Amino acid sequence: MLSAYFPILVLIVLATGFALGALTLSHVLGPKRPNPAKSEPYECGMRPIGSARQRIPVRFYLIAMLFILFDIEIVFLYPWAIVFDHLGLFGLVEMIVFIAILVVGYVYVWRKGALEWE
Amino acid sequence: MNHSFVPKAADMLVVGPETIVAAAAMLILLAELMPARISKAAAPWIAALGLLASFIPMTTTGISVRTGFSGMVVTDGFAVLMKAVLAVTGLLTIGFSTHYIKREDLDRAEYYALVLFAISGMMLMASSANLIMVFLSLEILSISLYVLSGFARTQPRSQEASLKYFLLGSFASAFLLYGIALVYGGAGTISLAGIANAIASEGAARNPVLLAGAGLIAVGLGFKVAAVPFQMWTPDVYEGAPSSVTAFMSVGAKAAGFAALARVFLTAFGDIKVDWMPALWAVAALTMIVGNVVAVAQTDIKRMLAYSSIAHAGYILVGLAAANQAGVSALVFYLAAYLFMNLGAWAVVILAGRRGEAGTEIDSYNGLFWRNPGAAAAMGVFMFALAGLPPTGGFMAKFYVFSAALQANMVGLVVIGALTSLVSVYYYARVTVVMFMRDPEPDAAPISTRGLLGVTLAVTAAATIYLGVLPGQLFQLAGLAQIARP
Repeated sequence: MLSAYFPILVLIVLATGFALGALTLSHVLGPKRPNPAKSEPYECGMRPIGSARQRIPVRFYLIAMLFILFDIEIVFLYPWAIVFDHLGLFGLVEMIVFIAILVVGYVYVWRKGALEWE
Repeated sequence: MNHSFVPKAADMLVVGPETIVAAAAMLILLAELMPARISKAAAPWIAALGLLASFIPMTTTGISVRTGFSGMVVTDGFAVLMKAVLAVTGLLTIGFSTHYIKREDLDRAEYYALVLFAISGMMLMASSANLIMVFLSLEILSISLYVLSGFARTQPRSQEASLKYFLLGSFASAFLLYGIALVYGGAGTISLAGIANAIASEGAARNPVLLAGAGLIAVGLGFKVAAVPFQMWTPDVYEGAPSSVTAFMSVGAKAAGFAALARVFLTAFGDIKVDWMPALWAVAALTMIVGNVVAVAQTDIKRMLAYSSIAHAGYILVGLAAANQAGVSALVFYLAAYLFMNLGAWAVVILAGRRGEAGTEIDSYNGLFWRNPGAAAAMGVFMFALAGLPPTGGFMAKFYVFSAALQANMVGLVVIGALTSLVSVYYYARVTVVMFMRDPEPDAAPISTRGLLGVTLAVTAAATIYLGVLPGQLFQLAGLAQIARP
């Protein structure tokens, strides 16, 4: 019974090992030229220390919202890919319709310049 | 593997009208790829063609009962007639919007796209056979309307309306969701047919969790139709939002909300109507009283029409509280008549208004007859119709609603309805009086009736009188508005 979970254990070991290995290797091999901006926790221009109640450019909001929209697309694509064989041609058409709807939105935001950061 | 969840083309026919409308909305967004001049000019035409095309699947299905997508959606006489009401609402909205949004500098193609998206949500609401579909379609229409209310984004009043509507609307959505969760707890399913089964066979009827859930669903949908005591947002949002948007949502959102209320309460909760009829009785009575009495004190025509729309929600609720087939047919007839008289009245408000949402005080209608006789005459018709005086569609609508209530032995409600109608005559007649019997301000210029707006006015006025003189045809149609019992 427990043996059924063995692949999960392997996955945990592999995933942890890969993450640790990548971090160690980049620490050992990578060049280090720190500067104050690089040492901040977030490299997106936000001051990490101080009051959080300050006005932030509305562009962050827009980008975050667009990110969520297209992220949801990926969330749907993964389970669809798993059962793709069973869905057959219908599943393909359905997903093409779904993505086409999102492409309409993509074309629209692109055309409106919502993806540009002046 | 079981393939039963794979939909067929017949499923698409059930949601055909909303699919076509949504596709037209996306086409408008894609038209943005063309130069702005072309896309702006094309948008109203694409929207109108999409709405006209949505009648094709409606006539194909007719009043036959069909379910689709594993019972998530259903089409029947009621759904098709409500969708037709919504499509006509959309067409008339385009009719009075083209002039208005140019005057107010809101001339963007997105306006029409949002109107169409809202209509697709409203149509889907009339077809929902599952509470999750009710919620989904409510969100489609609400989010579009939140944005439309703030469409005049440089005007603080419009921003305020949008924010208020958004905050209170989200609150109401939360009530609806909580209600759905409780109903799931009580019945073990959220499909309307399943809930009806659970109530009929498993004795869920006396489960307090289920009853509380039904109550919360009524609150969430009651907010959308602006029933008292969930009407607080209405005057502020209706006053602040651009006039054409207010007109659209005063009819569209109401029709969609009543479509969902009628379907949910008559199918899923049909067997426990003894429990909810008294509650709807009280809400209907309160809505008629508060709406009509507070409207008397208004000096701004947009606020007056906002309270008038609350009052009319009360009359439609009378048809719903009767909980019989006559009530459902009366509800459809009322919404069809209300659509013409209310959109017509708003078209006159748009015509008589000036740039920057100015000229909405009732005093500025002084002597409108001498500035534009046609518009004043039409407004007179709409005011008489809204007050429920014969020979207009408003009178017949009230007549059918009240006779359905009498069938259900709700004499008290009919008396309240008749008395509040008398109150309403005062504030509707006041507009008529200032238009015809007062002199216009010395500096007031004549108003010319422009193209499409004039056509819209003529159509709505003609339809309002037609429904009053020859209501038989529409009444026969409304008789076909049967909600399929699962």
